[in-house]
Amino acid sequence: MATYNLNINGQSLSVDVDPSTPILWVLRDHLGLVGTKFGCGIAQCGACTIHIEGSATRSCQIPVSSIGNNKITTIEGLSEKGDHPVQQAWLEHDVPQCGYCQAGQIMTAAALLNSNPSPTDEDIEATMSGNICRCGTYTRIKAAIKTAANSGSLS
Amino acid sequence: MTLVRTTFGRRAFIKRVGLAGGGLVIGFSWLAACKDATPEEVVMMPDEWFEINGFLKIGDNGMVTIMSPNPEIGQNVKTSMPMIVAEELDADWEKVFVEQAPLNTDLYTRQLAGGSQSIRQGWESLRMAGATAKHMLKQAAANSWQVPMAEITTAAGVISHEASGNSAHYGEMASAAAQLEVPEEVEMKENKDFSIIGTSRKNVDGKKIVTGKPLFGLDTYREGMLVAMLVHPPAFGMRFKSMDAASVKSMPGISDVFTFDTYTEGTRMSFADIATFNTKVAIVGESTWQVMQAKKALNVEWEEAPDEAYDIDLFGRILTTEYPSGKENSDSHSLGMAETATRKGNVVRKDGNVDAAFKKAAKVLERSYSCPFLAHNTLEPMNFYANVTEDHAELIGPIQTPEFMEKSVAARLGLTLEQVDIQMTRMGGGFGRRLYGHFLTEAAVISQTVKRPVKLVYTREDDMTFGNYRPAYYVTYKAALDENNEMTAFLVRAGGIPESPLFANRFPAGAVENYQAEEFTIKSNVSVGAWRAPRSNFIAGAEQSFLDELAEMAGKDPIDFRLELFDKAINNPVGENNDYEAERYAGVLKLVREKSGWNSQQNGKHRGVAAYYCHNSYVAQVLDIAMVNGQPRVDKVYSAVDCGIVVNPDAATNMIEGGVVDGIGHAMYSAITFKDGAPQASNFDKYRLIRHGEAPRGQEVHFVKNDIDPTGLGEPPLPPVMGALANALYKANGKRYYHQPFMSNKPLLG
Repeated sequence: MATYNLNINGQSLSVDVDPSTPILWVLRDHLGLVGTKFGCGIAQCGACTIHIEGSATRSCQIPVSSIGNNKITTIEGLSEKGDHPVQQAWLEHDVPQCGYCQAGQIMTAAALLNSNPSPTDEDIEATMSGNICRCGTYTRIKAAIKTAANSGSLS
Repeated sequence: MTLVRTTFGRRAFIKRVGLAGGGLVIGFSWLAACKDATPEEVVMMPDEWFEINGFLKIGDNGMVTIMSPNPEIGQNVKTSMPMIVAEELDADWEKVFVEQAPLNTDLYTRQLAGGSQSIRQGWESLRMAGATAKHMLKQAAANSWQVPMAEITTAAGVISHEASGNSAHYGEMASAAAQLEVPEEVEMKENKDFSIIGTSRKNVDGKKIVTGKPLFGLDTYREGMLVAMLVHPPAFGMRFKSMDAASVKSMPGISDVFTFDTYTEGTRMSFADIATFNTKVAIVGESTWQVMQAKKALNVEWEEAPDEAYDIDLFGRILTTEYPSGKENSDSHSLGMAETATRKGNVVRKDGNVDAAFKKAAKVLERSYSCPFLAHNTLEPMNFYANVTEDHAELIGPIQTPEFMEKSVAARLGLTLEQVDIQMTRMGGGFGRRLYGHFLTEAAVISQTVKRPVKLVYTREDDMTFGNYRPAYYVTYKAALDENNEMTAFLVRAGGIPESPLFANRFPAGAVENYQAEEFTIKSNVSVGAWRAPRSNFIAGAEQSFLDELAEMAGKDPIDFRLELFDKAINNPVGENNDYEAERYAGVLKLVREKSGWNSQQNGKHRGVAAYYCHNSYVAQVLDIAMVNGQPRVDKVYSAVDCGIVVNPDAATNMIEGGVVDGIGHAMYSAITFKDGAPQASNFDKYRLIRHGEAPRGQEVHFVKNDIDPTGLGEPPLPPVMGALANALYKANGKRYYHQPFMSNKPLLG
């Protein structure tokens, strides 16, 4: 066990865990941040996507010991009031069915728009293909990403 | 005006009023849970709630809480069921909170997510609940204002009496209404007066989903809770022999390692129980990661299991299922089905004489189709929270069949039904997998054993390799055309491992003079169960592909060819018990023909069509494929749907779109195969699911408008799209696809 001071959603949080513990389980089991989901454990489904220094990352594959001072953002910290343009677009298109994958989808989409504010269909498909939606809401996810891109409120 | 008799027991009602002490019912679980409410919700919170009936309660400030009785698996019943209550209540939807109802089968009808039946079977009771409450609010207002009740009107949560100028919001009359007797009869609205049903309302959990609030079973954390994981045999046909528990018990955070039997001798099992891998290893510890490490380190020895058989109570009928010993292989599964299908099966339906008709035929077409086992792969793996004490079991998690599991888990724990409290969480997908609640029982037994609250968590590998899979199926069709290219005979011989996908009385039964339906089954020890649109999820695509090839042989347009058969079924039906309405079937085909511009030239697009009836609903689809860099890409799918009244159109559209993607994905890419009993995929690196770049570029969904009470929606869009896909692929590259998954490099057959 070792103590780690983590910068998560703008807060400094301390945990005492085994160094090999993936940040996914630190968030869920130790910090009560359960919006980041467990889907596959091998970075194949994208349900656990978080931002590390703004980049979309599969948290199930990142041991807590490798985080250091890097800033982590989870779905809970994507926006203060749940009104990030991507979150708003998701609500406008009423994207979710079961909803389990959607936090991961939103985190991947938000990172995409951060680096590429006007993605083409091909850009969206390429980036989002790492995130499985078992309910098959892909049609709406793409539409919502376009709405967010065109909302003019991306910062 | 439609009058319906209420079914709320007067006795039960009086009991509730008495409980409330003068009619004020406060302190509901929702208040306890309100820390999850958004700031806006907290502001709107009333000081007191008045329970009008078990479906709803009204706050003194006019806010309404409506209970959603059925489990939510993503089919959106948590929004659409309360909409139906709100409609008859004349509630202001903006002032409605929705709460997941507790399990209470005395009060609610069929608290189950399965068979696409929630709305269909809940329709009447939900409407009655709203109408009864509205009646009582109007009665309370009539008493208060001393005016005739017949003169009182309601709209958007406000009660008015025009002549006297009186007006009140529901909250002002709620206390008085809660003390009235339940009326014997209430009036329900005419369909034309609906103002909520038929309008699109957003998912009531939408905000919580997009902000990552705890909603799912796996999000359950409680003080003092331990995490449990299982180790089950690595292959079907194997069972536990021994293990070296001591080596992992000393690992950090690990508190217990032991074996247990999910079901003990003499446990009465229902269809919702699975006895496969009955003896399992439980590993219990402090955190998920620690338990995962111990699970990897544990050495377990397995041995071959003997022949086994279990009795299942299938709604009062005892069904014995045999599980032969042995380690099975997919190659022999496939060859076994193909070989069995060469012989005559068990004849389930026979009209006319197919043999004679085939002898006289001008043309005969015979084709065979197959599909592999499929895992459900709900994105939220199986899990359950259990806190079992000597006289109580608190069970929280994702379950499609709480009513059935309550009985079997109570028996297994040695508790009464009253001592078992199952709480339903939102589910990260169902697709049929969570109809089978062994994980609930496993969690309960582990908690009872370690005397601590535990959350059982399946890894993805556990989940995928202990499926209750979609069975493998096979079907051979043979049809005859006469010299006028009329279909004169149709033979279907369908079988599978371990069940047949045959629906003997579905189309084209009834539309052809000589018809014969046969089935066969092959025993297996691989556990199987319902998977979105059971049986239809294969047979629809196979049948619709066959009809496409038959239409081509007849030189007819595939839609015209089908419509001719429906004309026959309408005007001159053959046989009895034909399980479809030919007019509605033809209706969706005509609608999709119109909306897709079927008869107009489509440049660079290759089109296929299919239609199917299941779960009381009709769906027809036209699917367009474009070739991109030599590869087929689904460009657009048009769906025409007749599911009666559509409660929540945009959400219903979402459901159809998802069913289309699900159907295309599994037909194209997915399979689970076995080698020496072991599943050959255990995670999404080897098990291929459809992804963003493979989904249709666009979809259009059109509903038939009618006044028929709502029918199924979650399952019906999936089956036919597999046929439309195969037929479009043929147009795109000239190849007929008979064996799923179509894009496999090495199909098991064909």
